[in-house]
Amino acid sequence: MRRGPSLFNVTAVALGLAFLYLPIAVLVIYSFNASRLVTIWGGWSLHWYRALMQDTAMVQAAWQSLRIAALSATAATVLGTLSAVALTRYGAFRGRLLFSGMVYAPLVMPEVITGLSLLLLFVALGIDRGFWTVAAAHTTLTMCFVTVIVHSRLVGFDRGLEEAAMDLGCPPLRTFLTITLPLIAPAIAAGWMLAFALSLDDLVIASFTTGPGATTLPIRIYSEVRLGVKPEVNAICTIMIAIVAFGTIVSSLLAKRGAVRREREAALGAAV
Amino acid sequence: MTIGQAKRSWSARFVVLIPYVWLLALFLAPFAIVAKISLSQTALAQPPYQPLLDLAAGWHGLKDFAAHLSFDNYAMLGSDWLYWLSYLKSLQVAAISTIILLIIGYPMAYGMARASRRLQPMLVMLVVLPFWTSFLIRVYAWINILQHDGLLNEALLRLYLIDAPVAWLASDTAIYIGVVYSYLPFMVLPLYATLEKMDHTLLEAAADLGCPRWKSFWRVTVPLSLPGVAAGALLCFIPICGEFVIPDLLGGSETLMIGQTLWTEFFSNRDWPVASAIAVALLGLLLVPIVFYERLQQRAIEGTR
Repeated sequence: MRRGPSLFNVTAVALGLAFLYLPIAVLVIYSFNASRLVTIWGGWSLHWYRALMQDTAMVQAAWQSLRIAALSATAATVLGTLSAVALTRYGAFRGRLLFSGMVYAPLVMPEVITGLSLLLLFVALGIDRGFWTVAAAHTTLTMCFVTVIVHSRLVGFDRGLEEAAMDLGCPPLRTFLTITLPLIAPAIAAGWMLAFALSLDDLVIASFTTGPGATTLPIRIYSEVRLGVKPEVNAICTIMIAIVAFGTIVSSLLAKRGAVRREREAALGAAV
Repeated sequence: MTIGQAKRSWSARFVVLIPYVWLLALFLAPFAIVAKISLSQTALAQPPYQPLLDLAAGWHGLKDFAAHLSFDNYAMLGSDWLYWLSYLKSLQVAAISTIILLIIGYPMAYGMARASRRLQPMLVMLVVLPFWTSFLIRVYAWINILQHDGLLNEALLRLYLIDAPVAWLASDTAIYIGVVYSYLPFMVLPLYATLEKMDHTLLEAAADLGCPRWKSFWRVTVPLSLPGVAAGALLCFIPICGEFVIPDLLGGSETLMIGQTLWTEFFSNRDWPVASAIAVALLGLLLVPIVFYERLQQRAIEGTR
């Protein structure tokens, strides 16, 4: 029989999770603090949220970031899914080693290097920096994360379904659209969300590749934070955390429902 | 079954070609440009470096361009103590943080793997969730706690553990706290993945043969979890080396990490060639653990076959 967790195991996990969540909890609580000072609790208040709404520069930066994140996440999802399909379904093609290297390298590449190299590319090509260059840079960064997620799903499912469709004369493109795509849809959705979150989060690459008039939210927050704690920044961070938490909960519920449905279908298939 | 080379349709070609071209243009080509500019000189011009490659001048232009390239920037990096210290500092922070991460992450991953099957997905989600929230926000959250009149000083003063507020911010301690905090999920998840897959009958066999628990942990669990340790350590070590945000917001200004040095050379000094040379040197430094990791992965894949 398998031994249950000991007191030491439980403590280790509890302390670790407390370490992960305590600073975030502090930040959220203090965004509702009426006092400007961190150590003094001045009662609950929405003061800093109202102040935030009046900070037009911050609101504009947030809007800019959301647009860049939506565009780059969509492009990254398309490119990442294509890469994952290429890596799992095409066996050995010419230049596969280089391709897989390029797909996985950005995962661990320090952002300063990626940012600098992309900036130098845009300068060399004479492209005006701004919205489009940041979006292209984020697409390059996040497509590899999409590839990893979609890849693991493509490896995991039954290839027999695709082969059966092809054997029955279904053309490859149609097989992909009617069989493969619905099966990997949850992974594609998860990939899009991760790409969106990463783009919304990125400071370093955006700082290198941005131009006048395209200040993103992290760049704006960073310039405020360098001068010390600002309660308005606590407020915008809380909003961002709330959005992410909401998105994660919804997607995990959707994934669970999908899993239940798949199980039911499998049970049905076995019964038939 | 793979689709045959000859039968491959045009649509299939496009599937490979589109991401391939994108990555060649926006990932590989930029590195070539960085390497090229690292061999150039600073100039008071737009762009602020020379020589510029003039393709219109043909062969002559190329020869002229090549004649002006030099390794001066690398020689400068090698001779200036500032850069050496910066590299050493990055390696030191990355190495010490990785060790702390292992010490904190291993018991945590072990506890998670021991938890009941129904609880495990929830625990994994709780570890992953902070990864989804902004990196910048998580580092910033620590400023609330570590600053002069922050919560940590307040708590320690109340408990009479210190007499006067301690300057936590702008120190190496703050960097370690920030790095360990930010990278903990990267360490815990690979460790959990290997520990969770472990065959528990091995431990039972050891216990049946009279092996004490601490000994079976050292002789069975630890060796079996080594692939997870290697994966976690490299996933943390490599990005920490190039880290910019954490040392910049939490660290002091005496010794900069290499990512900060690159940033300063680029944004403050506007010395693009030196910044490029630092990037190339940093990449060279990171190639060692990356190649090592690739080898390890390859061996693991061959092992499972």
